[in-house]
Amino acid sequence: MNQAVTKPQMRKPKETGVPDNKQYLHPTLLKNYGDWRYHDRPRPGVLHHVANSGDEVWTVRAGTARQMDVYTIRLLCDIADNFAEGRVRFTIRSNIEFIVSDEAKVAPMIAELEKHGFPVGGTGNSITMIAHTQGWLHCDIPGTDASGVVKSLMDELIVEFKREEMPNRVHLSTSCCEINCGGQADIAIIVQHTKPPVINHELVANVCERPAVVARCPVAAIRPAMVNGKPSLEIDESKCMCCGACYPPCPPMQINDPEYSKLAIWVGGKNSNARGKPTFMKMVASGLPNNAPRWPEVAAAVKNILTVYKDDARPWERIADWIDRIGWPRFFEKTGLPFTKYLIDDWRGSRYNLNASTHIRF
Amino acid sequence: MAKKLHDTPNLDELEKGEWPSFVTGLKELAKEKDYVVDLLGQLETSYKNRKGYWKGGTVGVYGYGGGVIPRFTELKDEAGQPVFKDAAEFHTIRVMPPPGMHYDTAILRKFCDIWDQHGSGLIAFHGQSGDIMFQGATTENVQKAFDEINELGFDLGGAGPAVRTSMSCVGAARCEQSCYDEARAHRSVLNTFLDDIHRPSLPYKFKFKFSGCPNDCMDSVQRADMAVIGTWRDNIRTDEGLAKKWFAKHGMDELVNDVVARCPTKTFQVKEIGKIKAGEHISSVAVSDTHAVEINNQDCVRCMHCINVMTGALATGSDKGATVLIGGKSHLKIGGLMGTVVIPFIKLDTEENVEKLVDFAQRTIEFFAENALEHERTGEMIERIGLANFLDAMEIDVDPAMVSSPRMNPYVRTDGWDDEVAKINAKKQAA
Repeated sequence: MNQAVTKPQMRKPKETGVPDNKQYLHPTLLKNYGDWRYHDRPRPGVLHHVANSGDEVWTVRAGTARQMDVYTIRLLCDIADNFAEGRVRFTIRSNIEFIVSDEAKVAPMIAELEKHGFPVGGTGNSITMIAHTQGWLHCDIPGTDASGVVKSLMDELIVEFKREEMPNRVHLSTSCCEINCGGQADIAIIVQHTKPPVINHELVANVCERPAVVARCPVAAIRPAMVNGKPSLEIDESKCMCCGACYPPCPPMQINDPEYSKLAIWVGGKNSNARGKPTFMKMVASGLPNNAPRWPEVAAAVKNILTVYKDDARPWERIADWIDRIGWPRFFEKTGLPFTKYLIDDWRGSRYNLNASTHIRF
Repeated sequence: MAKKLHDTPNLDELEKGEWPSFVTGLKELAKEKDYVVDLLGQLETSYKNRKGYWKGGTVGVYGYGGGVIPRFTELKDEAGQPVFKDAAEFHTIRVMPPPGMHYDTAILRKFCDIWDQHGSGLIAFHGQSGDIMFQGATTENVQKAFDEINELGFDLGGAGPAVRTSMSCVGAARCEQSCYDEARAHRSVLNTFLDDIHRPSLPYKFKFKFSGCPNDCMDSVQRADMAVIGTWRDNIRTDEGLAKKWFAKHGMDELVNDVVARCPTKTFQVKEIGKIKAGEHISSVAVSDTHAVEINNQDCVRCMHCINVMTGALATGSDKGATVLIGGKSHLKIGGLMGTVVIPFIKLDTEENVEKLVDFAQRTIEFFAENALEHERTGEMIERIGLANFLDAMEIDVDPAMVSSPRMNPYVRTDGWDDEVAKINAKKQAA
């Protein structure tokens, strides 16, 4: 009891929740809140919004590394203070936006951003910044890195970030495990493990809540077992599809492997309701090596799909819309990707993914 | 001055190329911080061995049960000591952003000062759930950093089986397509659940997301347990001046191939002006002296495509609100699920109406807390019990807008059919 008395006084948190954004809005946004008339894009990387009051704002969008050091953030603040009007926002894809009410500020601001290496773009039918995760930098279960993959890919795609020449907007994502924190995208790169977890039986009993791990398996391949006289878990390897779901609740079931954790490519995810309903992406390639530090095989595969899409799709077709028109056989033919048996869905509901018709393009 | 950098031949490769480099940023920080020197050392080891070296643990702030993501190094030498001892602890503090992720430079500079002093100096704008992620602090410094961030009016986000941090689009602040006040809905809903955000005790995570229109810029349909997506009930609005301006620039080929042909329900037509129909549900606007556009709004599914292409010439209607979908999530465990419609339309224009959304959110979370199995997301729970049972519990009437099609199999016991019809008829008469 005496110890409690000598304990330092802890500060109670102020449970303030989500802060009000009104205090941070550009004054013209605040004035015209909910009363905008239309927008257009004067050039790639710039949005121009017109309010019903006649007020106008210009937004300059620039790419960032997402994981930023304080010096970079302060530099962006300096640019916002000296060349814009001190107000910024971030997009869901970690682009920074500078909002100004004076068109004359746009060109000098772009010049200043580019001088410091911030690419201006990511608007309209461009390839915008890749939604990504934490990877080796911070995650406890990653099969690969996130920021490094994204940096490598964006180095290759930066030209398309800075211009608006794709058929429609292109959203990319990367995910360092099959949980897919990166989310649905036109093209997604996701870790795909190819071997069952390697179990350290010495540790399971102490580290893992075994019934919870058993329950976590999507295919019921895990069962309790005594190994070397210790309670542990074992895997029916004929059932296991190597998803890695058991690894987060039970780290001794190591799923990550430098060689056997591969990368898969998925296409045709779309969240927007525009034209068709939202779509889930589909796996079209797997077995790519986890080749740090620049993942050249992944970059080549993604660029190949993007090149074919850019060349073949009609205006406003997202990748899902484009494949809807040309069909899957032509997609595999044009991209040169092999269609293997692993791409035929056999998970629940999979019959809806089979062709129950004679609709075939020859 | 910090200690000497470790050799990082792999990471050095990521300083090449045009895109801004996080490695260059880390090296800048490493000039002053031994902490980041050793972080680079561990990250380089991950690149070399293609393996992650962080494990979780228990670190938090006083009064809260979540919001800090603890990371301890697993990269140890033979004596069990961390190989990179200065970065042996590298915790992340998740902080909820303002709706629409708007900031002024003053607040960003304050974040930088706090994190320069107490943390690694590395901040991510933003994580996949929308948090500002203050990445990298020792166990000792987490509380100090949080106290100062909290004093600025910012609060911790969710982690673990909790209501998670939410996101809303730029919305009404700058977008003409906004159909409700996303920021108000976002704050009203999230700030109702502060206890469930800060003290994780649900079966699993629960995410809300707020998109102002069906373009769903927050990707809410597939990543939110409850997606609130703006829409409208009345007719698409038109502006003849902007329509003619659009047509003068783009012409008939684009109007036909990019708009008419891409309308999902073929309700968008282009006609000679004399043949345009009038009617309660018709929107029409001349694009030239000879031709006009005609939309029968009863057949329009509010997909946004024509409005996206002809911005300003066409606009969302005036009777605005939102559609609420429940159950979106990613792969694990049963496969990816989109949210499905449970409220086809809800007005969100007044405090009272927003309160109805909050009430629905509360009842949903209560039901989820009571009925979901451990580690089961809302979508999985509904898949297990059936949507009709969920609707029944929520006291929501069934509506054909909730399905793609009626049932395709006879495996249902229908001896309550007449009672259901009687109930529906009674409700109709009462209305």
